[in-house]
Order: sequence, then C-alpha cells, then structure tokens
Amino acid sequence: MLEQLVISTLNGVIYGMLLFMLASGLTLIFGMMGVLNLAHAAMYMLGAYLGYQISKTLGFLPALVLAPLALGVGGALLERYGLRRVHQHGHVSELLFTFGVAFMIQEAVQMIWGRIGVPYRIPAALDFPLFRLFDTPYPFYRVFVLALAVAIFFGLFAALSRTRTGLIIRAALTHPGMVGMLGHDVPRVFMLVFGAGAGLAGLAGVIGGPIFVTSPSMAGALGAILFTVVVIGGLGSLPGALLASLLVGLVQTFAVVMDVSLDDVFRVAGLGTASASFLGDIRHTTIAQIAPILPYLMLLVMLVVRPRGLFGSRDV
Amino acid sequence: MKFARKLAATALVALALASPASAQDTSAVKLALIDGQSGPNGFIGESMRQHLQFFAERQNAAGGVLGGKKLDVIAFDNKFDPQETIVQLQKAIDAGARYVFHGNSSAVGAAIVDFLEKHNRRNPEQSVLYINFAALDPVLTNEKCSFWHFRFDADVNIRTAAITNQIKNDPSIKKVYLFNQDYSFGKAVRSAATQMLKEKRPDIQIVGDELIPLQKVADFTPYIAKIRATGADAVISANWGNDLNQLVKTGGELGLPVKWFTYFANGEGGVTALGAAGVGRVFAVSEWHMNVPDPTTEKMADEFGKKYGRDMFFYRLDTVIAMLTRSMNEAKTSDPKAVAEKLESMSYKTPLGDTYVRPTDHQFYQPLYVSVMADDVAKKLEKTPFGFKTVGMSAAKETEVPTTCKMRRP
Repeated sequence: MLEQLVISTLNGVIYGMLLFMLASGLTLIFGMMGVLNLAHAAMYMLGAYLGYQISKTLGFLPALVLAPLALGVGGALLERYGLRRVHQHGHVSELLFTFGVAFMIQEAVQMIWGRIGVPYRIPAALDFPLFRLFDTPYPFYRVFVLALAVAIFFGLFAALSRTRTGLIIRAALTHPGMVGMLGHDVPRVFMLVFGAGAGLAGLAGVIGGPIFVTSPSMAGALGAILFTVVVIGGLGSLPGALLASLLVGLVQTFAVVMDVSLDDVFRVAGLGTASASFLGDIRHTTIAQIAPILPYLMLLVMLVVRPRGLFGSRDV
Repeated sequence: MKFARKLAATALVALALASPASAQDTSAVKLALIDGQSGPNGFIGESMRQHLQFFAERQNAAGGVLGGKKLDVIAFDNKFDPQETIVQLQKAIDAGARYVFHGNSSAVGAAIVDFLEKHNRRNPEQSVLYINFAALDPVLTNEKCSFWHFRFDADVNIRTAAITNQIKNDPSIKKVYLFNQDYSFGKAVRSAATQMLKEKRPDIQIVGDELIPLQKVADFTPYIAKIRATGADAVISANWGNDLNQLVKTGGELGLPVKWFTYFANGEGGVTALGAAGVGRVFAVSEWHMNVPDPTTEKMADEFGKKYGRDMFFYRLDTVIAMLTRSMNEAKTSDPKAVAEKLESMSYKTPLGDTYVRPTDHQFYQPLYVSVMADDVAKKLEKTPFGFKTVGMSAAKETEVPTTCKMRRP
C-alpha cells in the first residue's frame, strides 16, 4: 500500500511537472492575448522531432539548447509577422490563425519525418536506474525531467516577480493600454512572451519525446489536457498552472489504481443487488476506467463553480 | 437555341467519356480495394494497396486468370468511415469491380456486409464478393456472417487461441493481466482470453482486467505501477497505436518484468516505437513474418522491399490471390457467386503449410506463428536493429474456434 502510494505520487508529480512546462507558456500567452494558442501542442511535437534530429547528429545536450532556441525564435517571428497583423481583426481571427499553424506543423512533420514516428530514445548517458524504491528501480531520466521542470518554474517565477521585464509583462497582462501609454513597447513584450512560450513547449518536447512515443499523434494526445490545465489554473497565472498541472497529474495517476465502482459502493451501503438493474453499465464502471477523462470533468466543474480558475484574476 | 446546342454537345462529350466504362472490356478482372488512403493512418491503407498491387502483378506475370485475363487493382479511399465506404463501394461497383477487398475496421466491414446482402439480392447479375483480409471482429463470421463475405485473416478468437496455446506451453507464466481498449474489439479479446485460459491452463490466475478509453491516455506510468503491484508475469493486450506503443515503452523504461502478448506489435511503426524495450518481451501473432525460413516468401519479401521501400507484411494477400485465381479457373468464370462456391470449400497448400476455408462461416484457417521481438535475427524491420523470430507455431487445425453462423445462401 505504502509502496503504491509513494510510487504513484512520484509518477503523478513528474507527469504534472511535464504538463506544467507546456502549460506555463500557454497560460502566459492566453492571459496576455486572451487567445488560446492552438498550435502550442504542435510546437511541443515539433520540439520532440527537432530534439530527435539534433541529438542524432550533435548529441542530446546541444539538442536540449538548440531545439528550444529554434522554436523560440520561430515563435517570436510568428508573433511579429503573423499573429500581430491578425490581431487587429479580433480574437476569432487569431484563434483561426493558430489553428492553421497547428495544421501546418502537423502536416510538415508528417512530410519530413513520415507518418509512423521516429525512434527517439533516452540518451544512453542518462539511461540508468537512480535508486531502488521498494525493490523497483527508478529511472534517472524521470528525476532529471522533474529537476529541470522545477528549475524552470523557479526561473520563470523569479523572472516575472524580480526583474524589470517581468514587471512590465505582469503589468501588460492586465493593463496593456496603460503600459503602452507609459512608453513601454507592449507589442515587443507580447513577441517575447510568445517566443518564450514556444521555446518552453519545444523544451518539453525535447525531454518528453524520449519518454513518450515521438509520432505525429503526440500533439493530439496532450493538447486537450493542456487546455484543461490552463483553464483550471486560471488564465495567465503561473502558480495556478503549476497547481493545476500537479492536480491533473496526481488525480489521473491515483484514479488509475482505484478499482472501485458504484456497484461496490451500493454493496457496502447495504443496498446489495436489490437495485441490480438500476444505472445498468455505469454501475460496473470503475474509477480506474474513467481516469483519463477526469481532468475534463474537473474542467467542467471549474467552469461552472469558479470560471476564473484557481488563481485567475478574470473570468474565461 | 445556342443553349440547346451547348447541351447536346455536353451530352455527347459525356457519352463519349462514359462509353468505354460502360462497355466494360472483358480482358481484366477488377479488384477494388476500399480502405483509408488519407489522413494520419493513411499509410496503413497505402501499404495494403501496394501489397494487393504487388501480388496481383505477380499473378499477372504468371499468366493471369481464366486463361490470360489480367487482375486489375483499383483503390478507393473510404477515409476509414463506414458511411463513406458505402459511397466508395457504389463507385467501385459502377466501375465494374465485382471483388471488394477491405482490411481496416470491423465497423466498416459490417457496413460492407449489410450493403452487399441487399445489393446482391436486388442485383443478382451484378453480385459482389467481399474479401476481408484484416477486420477481426468475430461477429463477421458469427451473428453477422454472410455468403458474400470471406475473412482471410485470423479473427480475434483465433489469434487468442494461438496466444493461449503459447501461454499453455510456458510454465513460467502463472499470473496474467488483461489490458485492453474499451470498445467492442477490446472486450471481445478480454472475454475470449479469460475463457481460453480457463480451459487450457486452469492454474493461471487472472490478476487484472483493465479497460482504458480508446487513445485517450497520455501517461502510462500509473498503469505500469498497477501491473507491477499485481505481480503479473504476462500481459495480454489487443491495444493498437499509441495505446500499445506507449504502454510497452513505458513498461520497458520502468523495468517491468513481464511478457507482452500483443495482437498488433508487429505492425508498421511498432518496432520503431518500442525499440530495445520490446526485445525478448513483446510477442505477436501472424501468419508470416520476415524471419520465417522459407525461400519462396523470402524472395517475395526482398522483391517487395526493393519495389516499395517498406517491409512486406500482408503475406496473406498472396494466398488470397492464389486461391481466388484457382477458384475462377475451376469455375471457368469470374462470376462472384460461382467463384464463392468454389472458394468456400477450398484447401490450399502454401509454402508454410495447409490452409483451408471453413464452409460454414467462410473463415479462412492457416498456420499461425507466435513470434517475439529480437535483435539477433537476419531480417530487421524499418531500418532498426530489431525484427521478430518464431517462438511457437499453431497448425491451422489447432486454432479452430466454434461458430454460431447460420448462413443464408443465395
């Protein structure tokens, strides 16, 4: 029991931190521009593929730096020459624009690397068990991902709360007009944030690719979850994104081990088989079976009960 | 006036374009492949088209059918969708095809069966025969069985029979975990496996029975922890795509010591995704694989690889073409009803062993190999250092499963 508890917590936290790495960029962009960047998950995928390509020729460490950098610069350019022009036509146009970008990346990846995925593996130097947990070897690489994600959280947090640029970004989140009046280049701030967000998505791709399967379907698998994290956490809130990521990661992980169904509840409650036909199939559905859709349930509840999310300052 | 002339001219042109199609030339027998050719999974349909083309061309080079007629493969894209399938099926029939080949998705297969049952009753002179070479739901040869449907692939129950035959002979396996996707197919595997294990190895304990939502899980670590906690020695999983690759890969990364008995790990993209995690651990069932030691199929696979730049997989299509050819020659016609009557009781000897069609439900039986992913084999897959090697084999007879089919014959 204790073993399950510890391992599940560790797994949930690591998955949550990987989600956070993606959600942090997304939530800043969302908070600032009021628009979901639908291409965010696609950038994560592109990061994984670039990571694979670069680590094949130059090694994993250069990939860890170069791939996010390339995506960051690409993201900034995309904002400067694409999104900024579309911005004046309103949110719907921006949304459609990012939707189009997601499609372009998806198709480009399939054209360049093929449709069946690439063999992106954990680099041999990082592929060893770090410690044994209740007789179970725990891989170093996962802990490495955890450490990197924690470092990024503190780095981002410090940058936003302790630097002058961070000050302007936070101000531009809520009062872009006023910040502009004070003589700051708000569009440039937007460009920086968009670039940083794309870079973070790329970084998540580079380190997530070897854990997950690097294939054209990886964007779709994570994309929907990301949006729930951002909304649950609250738009534009970094601590909110962190908490929501961990919450989603832990809830999913723990739900999987719970083989409890309504049927069991009835039995314990002494209702037994008296109401056997009541609720039909749903009675026998265990929590484990619905684990993967729990985040969406949380999203719905959050939207009804507290539309601004955990730490958000304004409604969705 | 001018308009009328224009109209007449258009009609004439249309007629001229249409006439070669309506006055079907009798020099070719048309085989229509209806399967997904586009979208993210389009590569599977594309591979099927290349295989069918390849084996048809080989038959053409060997003299064709019915004393010199050619087999002509035409592909139609159904986008993996049952409704679109009917549209494409109609198109194929209009183009003169009387043989329809299809593989992906049993829902599509059921749609084709329903359509042909009606179509063939209403247009007996235009009957169409459905050759199913990969849709595995047992329903197609049980409740929904049809005279116009032949399945040339081992269905779920037959594959499960081969897998449980393998487990029966492996005394190291004492605890089995079932891990499937939550839809008709996954559920069929789960009940078949439970029942067959009970019969063949009553001492085996089924320690887990998981159903996960189809292609929704992003992180499999909690499932791996759960499987580990049960102390399972083997996992039976009919998962496909990401649900399979990610599951096994995560298991490998976290050092889960189980044998994976899968239905699809040998498909295209499998070894690339699994990598070293699968070696010695991932088992698959197939009628053939690259490392079956047989000169005929080896040569075939070499030729296929050279021509299309991908690994040969659907060996069964070669048997299909051979048996279809023989049926047509024996029936002395390409009329689907006469051909079906020959085909349904045919036995055929392939280089790998005896095969036959069971007349009661039109299920084809063939020897099945259980193979394991390995890095010490001669033929590697997808330019990786990995391939599959045989660990067990079931003769056609040993995989036979009962059927409830009550076939309505025309």
